[in-house]
Amino acid sequence: MSIIRTEDICKNFGDLQVLKNVNLTVNQGEVVVIIGPSGAGKSTLLRSLNTLETITSGKIFMEDKLFQRVERGEIREEMKKEEKKAALLEMGMVFQRFHLFPNMTVKQNVLAGPLYVQKIPKEEAEQRALSLLDKVGLLEKADAYPSHLSGGQQQRVAIARALAMQPKIMLFDEPTSALDPELVGEVLSVMKDLASQGMTMLCVTHEMGFAREVADRVVFMADGQILEEGTPEEIFQNPQTAKAKQFLASVL
Amino acid sequence: MNGMTRIVTWMPQLFKGAQTTIIITILSVAIGLFLSLFLALGKMSKHAVLNRLCSGYVFFFRGTPLLMQIYFIYFGLPQFHPALTIRSAFLAAMIAYTLNTAAYLAENIRAGIQSIDKGQFEAARTIGMTGAQTMRYVIIPQTVRRLIPPVGNEFIMVLKDVSLVAIIGLADLTKVTRAISSSSATALVYIPAMIIYLVITALFQLVFNKLEKKYSVYE
Ligand SMILES: Nc1ncnc2c1ncn2[C@@H]1O[C@H](COP(=O)(O)OP(=O)(O)OP(=O)(O)O)[C@@H](O)[C@H]1O
Ligand SMILES: [Mg+2]
Repeated sequence: MSIIRTEDICKNFGDLQVLKNVNLTVNQGEVVVIIGPSGAGKSTLLRSLNTLETITSGKIFMEDKLFQRVERGEIREEMKKEEKKAALLEMGMVFQRFHLFPNMTVKQNVLAGPLYVQKIPKEEAEQRALSLLDKVGLLEKADAYPSHLSGGQQQRVAIARALAMQPKIMLFDEPTSALDPELVGEVLSVMKDLASQGMTMLCVTHEMGFAREVADRVVFMADGQILEEGTPEEIFQNPQTAKAKQFLASVL
Repeated sequence: MNGMTRIVTWMPQLFKGAQTTIIITILSVAIGLFLSLFLALGKMSKHAVLNRLCSGYVFFFRGTPLLMQIYFIYFGLPQFHPALTIRSAFLAAMIAYTLNTAAYLAENIRAGIQSIDKGQFEAARTIGMTGAQTMRYVIIPQTVRRLIPPVGNEFIMVLKDVSLVAIIGLADLTKVTRAISSSSATALVYIPAMIIYLVITALFQLVFNKLEKKYSVYE
């Protein structure tokens, strides 16, 4: 079963076409890594999936059900409101710059979603928050404020916050790009754990080592298009297009 | 009588005036603050009518003299319709200061909310918070901290603007001071009166510095 599937999605910002007929499928349990040069539209693709951006045209399916069909910038078909809300909650999102809520402690950040959105009892939300913080190795920071944490720790909290909503897929937009090099490892190792526990993941990253080791499939994007798609071996050892060859030569 | 004893005999009257000044200041800024939150949200709303209404309100109250607003509310409105008569000068003053301060505070609140990183709204959305929940749990708490200095400023500005209420016959600290000065034929009373203003201002500053510290724990 596919968790997310897109059909010919396009996105324009004014006259600039940032996504050009993107067809992407992420199946249950799969780890898909998107690579590509800056400006390729990787972030825009992820943001379109969880409607932080509205696509200009195309279809998005969630768990094989039509989520949204858009033509010429107008939503023509969409899930019912409640269904749509539930579908959006199936997607956890981790941002490059964390975006933790600075006015809340680490624990409050993680339990905010379960408590206010899912409206589960406070004790249960706390239990869930603490067990997730344990999972990302930050139990002892539960009562600290985000500003007192390192970037790597903040990103692990952000992962826990997304996981707290019990999503079916996790979207990561360059989760380690804003980190000092020595902090990248701790975040990647949390992501590897997640992958090994069977979480479906769609990651934009420049960490080629992670892609090689963890990805089931690597997608290469440039100029708003998916130019290549395949196993890590296929993409890294035997890129077909000149753009992919050039990009890989610059990063490897 | 020497200067000191004269000052002491004026004190009860001065305190009474100061009380009026303080009550109008605190009540109008507090109520104005509440009102300004809705004005700010209205000004940022995508709803065209609401947006124009709130923008127009802010433009009007910031673009006309406070003194004229007070005159208008107390003397002008009854001439448009008798039902708009406000008999109590105190109530008229309260309305004028509240409406006026709300316009200024609304601009501060709007600037405060708009200075918050777009990522905060997006992060809240990805965990499913509604717009109202995002405001309540994420944006407003962060804005409050940034609003403490401008709200403190507003208190101090209003404290002094309240001296205008003399024109509708209210006896605030300035009015009382002037009355004493003319009846006793000396300017001496201005000294304790100004000291009282300074003490009140200092107290406001103290409270707001404390609040700022308290709300800065997470920074
Ligand atoms: N809100 C926006 N308004 C206008 N143009 C935008 C907007 N967001 C992105 N773009 C443009 O869309 C293009 C693709 O941007 P996007 O952020 O998706 O690229 P990316 O592949 O994520 O790049 P990077 O590796 O630098 O993060 C860029 O040219 C960018 O300038
Ligand atoms: Mg990007």
